Amino acid sequence: MQAATVPTYHEVAGDAFVIASTIKVLVVFVAVLVIVAMLTLMERKVSAWMQDRLGPNRVGPGGLLQPAADGLKNILKEETNPAEANRVFFTLAPMLSITPAMLTFAVIPFASPLPTKWGVVPMILADLPVGILFLLAFSSLGVYGIVIAGWASFNKYALLGGLRAGAQMISYEIALGLSLMSVFMVTGNVSLTEIVWKQQQMHMWFAVPLAVSFFFFWISCFAETNRLPFDLPEAESELVTGYHTEYSAMKFSMFFIAEYAHVLTVSMLMATLFLGGWDIPLWQGDNMLGEANGAWVGHAPRWWITILTFGAFATKTLFFILVFMLVRWTVPRFRYDQVMDLGWKIMLPAALFAVVVTAATVLALDSFGIEYGWKWAVALSAVNLPMLAIILWVMDKGHTLTGTGAPDEKRRVAREHARARAQSRRVAVPVNPRAPRAG
Amino acid sequence: MAINVRVMKRPKGKSSYVRATLKGMALTFRHMARAAGDRSDLTIQYPDQKKELSPRWRGTHVMEKHDDGRPKCVACGLCPTVCPANCIKLVPGEDDQGNRYPIVYEIDEFRCIFCGMCQEVCPVEAIHVGNHYENAEYTRHNFVYDLDRLMAQTHPVTLLWDPSDPAGE
Repeated sequence: MQAATVPTYHEVAGDAFVIASTIKVLVVFVAVLVIVAMLTLMERKVSAWMQDRLGPNRVGPGGLLQPAADGLKNILKEETNPAEANRVFFTLAPMLSITPAMLTFAVIPFASPLPTKWGVVPMILADLPVGILFLLAFSSLGVYGIVIAGWASFNKYALLGGLRAGAQMISYEIALGLSLMSVFMVTGNVSLTEIVWKQQQMHMWFAVPLAVSFFFFWISCFAETNRLPFDLPEAESELVTGYHTEYSAMKFSMFFIAEYAHVLTVSMLMATLFLGGWDIPLWQGDNMLGEANGAWVGHAPRWWITILTFGAFATKTLFFILVFMLVRWTVPRFRYDQVMDLGWKIMLPAALFAVVVTAATVLALDSFGIEYGWKWAVALSAVNLPMLAIILWVMDKGHTLTGTGAPDEKRRVAREHARARAQSRRVAVPVNPRAPRAG
Repeated sequence: MAINVRVMKRPKGKSSYVRATLKGMALTFRHMARAAGDRSDLTIQYPDQKKELSPRWRGTHVMEKHDDGRPKCVACGLCPTVCPANCIKLVPGEDDQGNRYPIVYEIDEFRCIFCGMCQEVCPVEAIHVGNHYENAEYTRHNFVYDLDRLMAQTHPVTLLWDPSDPAGE
């Protein structure tokens, strides 16, 4: 029996497929909910440690049961419904927010395929051919929940928060999509399994050869998850808590869960797209794609490889989550116009530029007939790394983030420069009489 | 609209936001690495672990009593007079031998500002402020301590000055 099925490595089909999928869905859903709950604890612990505090440590060993206590509290709390709020949409909004966040885990491969007696089980809930498009569609649906929450609350702060969320999402989704274009052009596919396979074939994770895309994707992900430094929709100092000002108890909790689910999704997504997904670095034994056209592509699947690759995937995801938290508790919030400036004036043109350059590189590599592999990695890195350096340099030198009253400051600096230049050429420059006096 | 806001001049050529951000993140990471696993010892785990109070800490009042259980108070009326928060209520009485004693002696701990002047002014060292601060109650009127309650307090009384160094030098 085993001898007959294992060497051909067929993926599970028929009844076995249904059972395997059901088990996978249940396990992943429960695991994701538990992980999301643990993320809330982790956030509090990490922030506490950064501030030399201890964080929650009363409930359970080391505070491990804190999320359960929080959940219980939120279920038992009173649900308040503002008198003027639109009851239907007010109730609908948290659901709209949490559902897409939960759906997006379906298309992310989290380990190498697992061989069983009944066939090979791919460690992905649904290996959709449109993988990442599905993911983009659903993760951007999450903004509807926020906008509707803000609008239905009948509260000016909530409305402003919702509008900001909408504006921010539109601005950054463009840069996000554009940075993904480079990945699509290199892989020639949008299936996430295929993207992992292509990174294994290139012998380098896309984080280096597509460094610009990685950088922009990362920034956009911060904006997508509505976390600091882009947490304008809930900017506490100016909008109370933004779109969930009027929410209490479990409805508020659902927004909270959705936010952490989003953090988990984008961390997994970044790990998959740019850090090789479940690929173990410097080891070729785990390079496998799955069954294609009736034949097995790649190395033989083994159960211990599945476990190892899952460990690699979890490590990479955890790294991104940790960076999310590190950034949240380090960087202050952008001003609203700075967010829009960064999105439209810097990231959009730079991402477009990067796409064009990457496309030209890929086209050149293709037309020179260079085989896909490490040569592609070297060529793309040679193009992308200097490009990233240039973009960072341009973004850095005070062009992106200028202080309040910047136009005046710029004019003053320009005048001083002009005067200095004129001094060196000994030509008199008239002083602008309408300029505000210093002091 | 603030027009004449003075803007700090930033040295454009030298300031780097990327470097500053990374520096900040390195700092928070260092702190996190140092405290990870709840190793930070700056926190006092309050209900389990209590900070040692200074002997001069002024808290909940104590009324000293004689060995036979009578309060030491002679109802002279100095403490309600000196009290800046006006939180002491005293009704004086006199027994057959002409000894004055308080019929009613109440301190509203809610009004009290714990200045300790009642202890300072007391001629017989009867009323004291004490080294104690945990006096939460469920209702407001429970904060009015009557004579029995003030005498029943067991915590140490405040040392307003060091007897060996009365001038505080």
